[in-house]
Amino acid sequence: MSGAKPLHPGLFTWPDQNPSLMGSLCLDCGEHAFPSQRSCRACSGQNTQDAELGNTGTLWTWTIQSFMPKTPYLTDETPETFRPYGVGYVELPCGLKVESRLRENTPDQLRIGMPMQLEIISVREDEKGDALMTFQFCAAKETH
Amino acid sequence: MDVAIVGLGLHPFGRTATMSGLEQGAAAVRTALADAGTDFKTMQFAFGGSQDGGNADSLVNLLGLTGLQFTNVANGCATGGSSLNAAYSAIKSGQYDVGLVVGFDKHARGAFNPKPAEWGLDDWYGETGLMLTTQYFGMKIQRYMHDYGISRDTLIRVAEKAFRNGALTPTAWRQTALSWEEIENAPMVSEPLNKYMFCSPAEGGCALVVCRADMAQQFHSNPIYLKTAVVRSRNYGSFEVFSPSQPPEVAASPTVTASQTAFELASVGPEDIDVAQLQDTEVGAEIMHMAENGFCAHGEQEQWLAEGATEITGRLPVNTDGGCLANGEPVGASGLRQVHEICVQLRGEGGARQVAGQPKVGYTHVYGAPGISGVNILTR
Repeated sequence: MSGAKPLHPGLFTWPDQNPSLMGSLCLDCGEHAFPSQRSCRACSGQNTQDAELGNTGTLWTWTIQSFMPKTPYLTDETPETFRPYGVGYVELPCGLKVESRLRENTPDQLRIGMPMQLEIISVREDEKGDALMTFQFCAAKETH
Repeated sequence: MDVAIVGLGLHPFGRTATMSGLEQGAAAVRTALADAGTDFKTMQFAFGGSQDGGNADSLVNLLGLTGLQFTNVANGCATGGSSLNAAYSAIKSGQYDVGLVVGFDKHARGAFNPKPAEWGLDDWYGETGLMLTTQYFGMKIQRYMHDYGISRDTLIRVAEKAFRNGALTPTAWRQTALSWEEIENAPMVSEPLNKYMFCSPAEGGCALVVCRADMAQQFHSNPIYLKTAVVRSRNYGSFEVFSPSQPPEVAASPTVTASQTAFELASVGPEDIDVAQLQDTEVGAEIMHMAENGFCAHGEQEQWLAEGATEITGRLPVNTDGGCLANGEPVGASGLRQVHEICVQLRGEGGARQVAGQPKVGYTHVYGAPGISGVNILTR
């Protein structure tokens, strides 16, 4: 592997010691959006700016993707190497709920309201061997 | 001018290997025309739609090039509801006297294959495995169960009812009742929903002949009146499929706004409805839609299902033909199947699944991606 880069620009700050999700804030009505939006879904205005959305939150709902999806899913996995993954909405400190892959992938590991932490993971390699990175959330480590 | 439904046509749902989607649509139209005692030349207009079965207006190649106004409708799972809504307006406005609504489809096996760009999303969303409708349905009912105390038993009861009713419906795809154990132990698809709790893409066709109410007796001795047809899209904050983020406040779904408007326009309330069709893409949808359409409070579904209130013999029979769960979902035809079944029930032609007591007022509700709902209220 020669290097690594985001699968899509503008979703999160990276490389970064402490990566954060990136979205937008409407300066007219104060609503946040993810991904960043040039026009506001709430008030129809166009006075938005990019905003860091942070890297922690609580789990609002969840499910588990138990089989390998068809296209447009695109990873290096095969049906043999596929591992189920969690999918959930994580409620961020600003109140916005962001849909995300979850590292946890069994029902006993997932609970509505549990604290979550952002992490950056590799999706697949591009033709040059660079790792393409995306975000997911995982259970926050207990720090105190 | 009021609007009447005077012809019903359904090509059986499921799989018909020998027929294209278009041919299944044409078969449904012929049945509907025969039911109304009329012919295609008499039709002044048509609204129709299909997601994967071809352009609906190509039906004229099979039915006759009569020069009628034929409009293709494409509104996802609400295509049928939107077609009927358009036909309702065409007659209500006085523009036309009689016409046709038709929907058909023929989907490949397995889950749908959406393209991110068609939904205004970038490729990363699909490539990283977030673009599956099954995930959304699992996550919506998961949160709902948490908020309103709905148990897994209630999910199983809805599936049980669907296949039991499907077994009484000759045109249904799934005509075998399933035991509690079979449903409970089915392979998990998307927590908490398993294989028998989801409907599947399918094939089929459905058509309705609609006309001015004052002409109805010319076509059928037992016309059904379409009191209102309402379609609504989502408001900011409604929790919908294919949403990379959701605003802090959860807003009422388009089902709530469509339902409230329909009841208001028809001057009836939920307590007046004798038989209903509620979109059951999966069992959680039927449960949530009972409350979103105003039939019970959030959380009361637990008791309703335990008491059998939505069985054919219950106080509000829901999805008497087995709904999407037993019929599958040919997207273009599915919303019209709901209307077809309510018309059958109001005519008293339901056979083994007929609701007793001569139901007088019926209700249909279709819901689809990316957050669109259609509600119809019908009377005899």
